[in-house]
Amino acid sequence: MIAWLFIAPTILLLLVINIFPLIWSIQLSFTNFKANRAVQGIQNVGILNYINILHDEEIWSALQITAHFLFWTILLQVLLGFSLAWLVNRKFRGHSFWTTMILLPMMLSPAVVGNFWKFLFQPQIGLFNYVVSFITGADPSSFQMIGDVKLAPWAIIIVDTWMWTPYVMLICLAGLRSIPDYIYEAAEVDRASAWRTFWSITLPMVAPFLMLAVLFRGIENFKMFDLVVNLTSGGPGSVTELASINLKREAFEKWRTGYSSAFAVILFVTVFGIANIYVKFLNRVKQR
Amino acid sequence: MRKPPPNLSAVEPSRVVKRFAAVVVIAYALITMVPMLWIFVTSFKSPQDSIAYPPKILFQPSMEGYVNLFTARTRQTSEYIASLPPARTWYDKLVRSHGMVIAGPSRFAERFWNSAIIGFGSTFLSIFLGTLAAYGFSRFKVPMKDDLMFFILSTRMMPPIAVAIPIFLMYRQLGLSDTHVGMILLYTAVNISLAVWLLKGFVDEIPREYEEAAMIDGYTRFQAFTKVVLPQMLSGIAATAIFCLIFAWNEYAFALLLTSSRAQTAPPFIPTIIGEGGLDWPAVGAGATLFMIPVVFFTILLRKNLLRGITFGALRK
Repeated sequence: MIAWLFIAPTILLLLVINIFPLIWSIQLSFTNFKANRAVQGIQNVGILNYINILHDEEIWSALQITAHFLFWTILLQVLLGFSLAWLVNRKFRGHSFWTTMILLPMMLSPAVVGNFWKFLFQPQIGLFNYVVSFITGADPSSFQMIGDVKLAPWAIIIVDTWMWTPYVMLICLAGLRSIPDYIYEAAEVDRASAWRTFWSITLPMVAPFLMLAVLFRGIENFKMFDLVVNLTSGGPGSVTELASINLKREAFEKWRTGYSSAFAVILFVTVFGIANIYVKFLNRVKQR
Repeated sequence: MRKPPPNLSAVEPSRVVKRFAAVVVIAYALITMVPMLWIFVTSFKSPQDSIAYPPKILFQPSMEGYVNLFTARTRQTSEYIASLPPARTWYDKLVRSHGMVIAGPSRFAERFWNSAIIGFGSTFLSIFLGTLAAYGFSRFKVPMKDDLMFFILSTRMMPPIAVAIPIFLMYRQLGLSDTHVGMILLYTAVNISLAVWLLKGFVDEIPREYEEAAMIDGYTRFQAFTKVVLPQMLSGIAATAIFCLIFAWNEYAFALLLTSSRAQTAPPFIPTIIGEGGLDWPAVGAGATLFMIPVVFFTILLRKNLLRGITFGALRK
């Protein structure tokens, strides 16, 4: 009973600030409520919002853009992060100092990061364009990272990868350090090749860590809003309009509160469902 | 005689491997720092230098970015400026040399201050509630403990925009929109999941025997908690507090949607700096630099606990 004295305040806060609003959202998702015209009242529309969402091309396109963003950011961050972790784990002199330097970007405010990368991506004057033109010889004003329909989706992937590769690196490093030395010593006694050692010891033992990193990055990037909105505001057109940005437009610019609540519920159920299945899968990999 | 095999031991990498690893990692670190250094350098440029092509690495340092960040200015005719009494401060002089006069302070200092109040307020509350809950979960048989812990974590999975829709309506009804209290409560609700998960890990590491011994000596459960357990988890509390503070400090989506003037924090304000002065990148740089310095400082302080913090305590070492 005394346990509840300790736990209740936290649960109460979450019920008021998280659960009550969530239930309200679910209720609103069955209505045509518009928050900017509250006087008009609320009409029940049943599951109409959900049906309309399934036929809404903008929403499907936002989900596709989100999927593209998720796939490439996770792939790049896993490859880069794992490689860096492997290299840092060679324990050269000064490795811990340089690790801290590499970690800095992920602690910064994503909104501010998006804002200053916008500066780096400016055609002509931006440092990014200058460096690319310096290396490739292309004219620095001949391409616009955030103004071009083809390049903008890659611009957001580049910045997210810059910011979050350290995150994956740190988790992989923990994985590599968790492998006891005697396993490698045994492999050496057996004259296993370096390649073989990597594939049958290092990788399988780091796998659960890597999967954890993918889980956290996946959830975070599925929700992605602040970085991208400040970098491209979803444009040009809507080629970088991720699910959250689309949701923000529906809810706070078009004020379709009921409709956007339905979309919010769908998004939440999706993350929650996939995360749950993934954690079960992760636990099975861990036990192996 | 056979040559000894080259040293391929994974336990102690060869010197060549070490040297190679050092070169690649240091190169990556330097490249990754360029964007941050560039924004820092830009904050000390004049607006003309900041948009020069090719980008200027050597330039005459200027405080214009910082002056523009903290002041609101109006453009005036040269006759009007000449008619004014002579400029008293260096920043007055700097502004007048560009044909403008200072009309008053900008709202940046206010926004920065709001970030600090809301950051510290929500951190204090998260730690207070989180420590109690962590102790409860660590030491007592709570029915459905795992489900409750997962429930607490799952509140973090919702996209902030999705949460913001009903919060916006609720705060409008309760008069909490654009208030410090409203933002502190909201950030506490977001941070509490991190606080409970991290702090539970720290409590778990303290042997139960200490409190049991104290309780045999006549301490009540609550005394044992405050006098025996709390002092031992101070470093854990400090690390957790820094994580909560950094999150609240950096948060953008809720601040954008739920605050507008009284309680607006710095992240939604910084992007608007550019709009006030056209192409004023040095002022944006100055705002970003001032905003990021505390985070860099705290990150270096947190080094040892970073992994634990970013994985909600799932990984510890």
